Amino acid sequence: MRCALIGQPNCGKSTLFNQVAGYKAETGNFSGTTVTFTESKVRVGGEVVELVDLPGTFTLSGTNPAEAEARRYLNSCEVDVIINVVDATHLTQGLELTLELLALQRPLVIAFNMMDEASRLGLRVDGPALQTKLGVPVLPLIASKGQGVKGLFLSSLETARRKLSAASPQLWNGDILQRHKLAQELAQTYVHQGERRLNWRDRLDDLLLHPFWGYVALLVILFIFFELVYGLGRAIEGPVLVFFNKLANDLIRTIGAQSLWSELASGLIQGISGGVAIVLPYLAPFLLGLGVMEDIGYLPRIAFLMDSLMHRLGLHGKAIVPFILGYGCNVPAVMSTRILEDRQDRFLAAALAVLVPCAARLSVVFGLVAFYLGPGWALAIYLFNMLVIALTGRILTQLLPEDTPGLILEMPVYRVPTLKTVINKAWFRTREFIVEAWPLLIGGSIVLAFLTYYNLSPLIDSLVRPFTWILGLPAQTGVPLIFGVLRKELSLIMLRQALNVSDFASALSPLQMLTFTVFVVFYVPCLSTLAALRRELGWRSMLAIAGLTVLIALVAALFVRGFGSLVWR
Amino acid sequence: MSFTNTRLIDFKQGDQIRIAAFEGGLRFHEIFSQYGLFPGDVAKVLRIAPFDGPMLLEIGGREIALGKSLAARIIVETCACDVP
Repeated sequence: MRCALIGQPNCGKSTLFNQVAGYKAETGNFSGTTVTFTESKVRVGGEVVELVDLPGTFTLSGTNPAEAEARRYLNSCEVDVIINVVDATHLTQGLELTLELLALQRPLVIAFNMMDEASRLGLRVDGPALQTKLGVPVLPLIASKGQGVKGLFLSSLETARRKLSAASPQLWNGDILQRHKLAQELAQTYVHQGERRLNWRDRLDDLLLHPFWGYVALLVILFIFFELVYGLGRAIEGPVLVFFNKLANDLIRTIGAQSLWSELASGLIQGISGGVAIVLPYLAPFLLGLGVMEDIGYLPRIAFLMDSLMHRLGLHGKAIVPFILGYGCNVPAVMSTRILEDRQDRFLAAALAVLVPCAARLSVVFGLVAFYLGPGWALAIYLFNMLVIALTGRILTQLLPEDTPGLILEMPVYRVPTLKTVINKAWFRTREFIVEAWPLLIGGSIVLAFLTYYNLSPLIDSLVRPFTWILGLPAQTGVPLIFGVLRKELSLIMLRQALNVSDFASALSPLQMLTFTVFVVFYVPCLSTLAALRRELGWRSMLAIAGLTVLIALVAALFVRGFGSLVWR
Repeated sequence: MSFTNTRLIDFKQGDQIRIAAFEGGLRFHEIFSQYGLFPGDVAKVLRIAPFDGPMLLEIGGREIALGKSLAARIIVETCACDVP
């Protein structure tokens, strides 16, 4: 038995999916969080059902890749029942897709989601009457609270067994304009507008989208976010590092210094402590905060405020999504460029998004620059990064002929995020670090221990020497830079080992720390991001973007070196 | 009483409009219809972002943000109710 969830963007499909399947799909209060489909087996009333979460689609005849994906799936695979999730607060639009699905003549169940939100808006939906009219089950649902989920699935199983499809299909055929008219008529007949209760959520945009205060609020929100991440991370990093350094020293004393085993043991501890002390303390609070902003619905507001600025980069406001996701991880950022309709937009957005310092690079910025030079310098690096991205965008749009349709997006209502979803989402993303990156990190540290013991790292260092020399960095920074392509956190963690210090201040000058960090922030995206680029845009674009980042990294780091040496003299 | 056909981009905050047509061929028709904008629909300009930023429209109970370049492709007529 296979059930497919389909619905328009931001109608709550993934929320429903996660309610029954555990946390497997990314959700967010924003169109297009799901760009590919997720499958899971769930147990409903003693029966195992394969549940598929399809990306949000406004229409089955759409042109963007996410919509094509959904259409391909419905047409190609054997689906026993289609569950159409409809946002009850926007029935007119939602029913347009429903009409298309009715015309497919497949077993179909309609779930009106966000019924709580609809009653807040004073909307009363006459479900039973609509059910009679359409000839398929229509059920109320509040997916975020888990209400109506069980009933929905039981009814879906029943529908699949009885192969229940629309009553009179000829009624639902027609072109897009006819469907729009019909959906409007249906909504007018079956939805009654009562009194709308205005509350703080309706007033919030007066402040947050205000032509002046909106930008002030944006700065304040980002500043608080930054301070919280830094404050929490730093509070944990210091003591944990002290603990692991002591552990490493004790261990070396027991095993005896200068032996292969002591090198390997200290490499292992470096790898483990790098994860616990340097990456996780910043990564976890960052992802929690990003999750809260996403679920509240603030991200599209940022897109609205930043549209005119993004135009100066040759993009439009929607491309802000890859940028913001990029601060978490570049991989979902590159994948989210699918929400852009235009191929050139996608290339440009991806090329710029990989320049955004992800959480891994955040750990380098915070662990090195903020920790030793102060948070002001970390903020300066972030601002400098934005400047470089803006310049790169300007130059790239000059080179590529412009053809972007422009910004169009739906502004979702504010929603109070639930603790469960926010924590689940942060954990979902953190787990990726723990499972995929951390072992690589520990492995990399051990490999480096081998290289050090057999004195092989100078060989690698000498290969990268032209770069490190021109940037005024110690030759030993070569190995960490090379390994940083695997995972960006490795640059920092292996740097400690390569320089053979526990305190960076004893081996690097403030200017060298800045130059190193700026280079790390911009040069070649990590292996997983390269893979995502290849998948989304192809080999040629991937190589072009990788080459571009090296060039940008070199120019930016040289600029910092030159400018800094004037300041520090 | 006269209906004046103008572009959405020429309107200001608080104006009520009716969509008359789209410019730019099938591609743009598709983009607009995906977001539920159709000729004949009535909308209200809720806000306009500064620095030539996008417009926020209220249409059928939903809020849709439209960049300037797209707003310039929407031919509108002002609602009869607004004509003095």
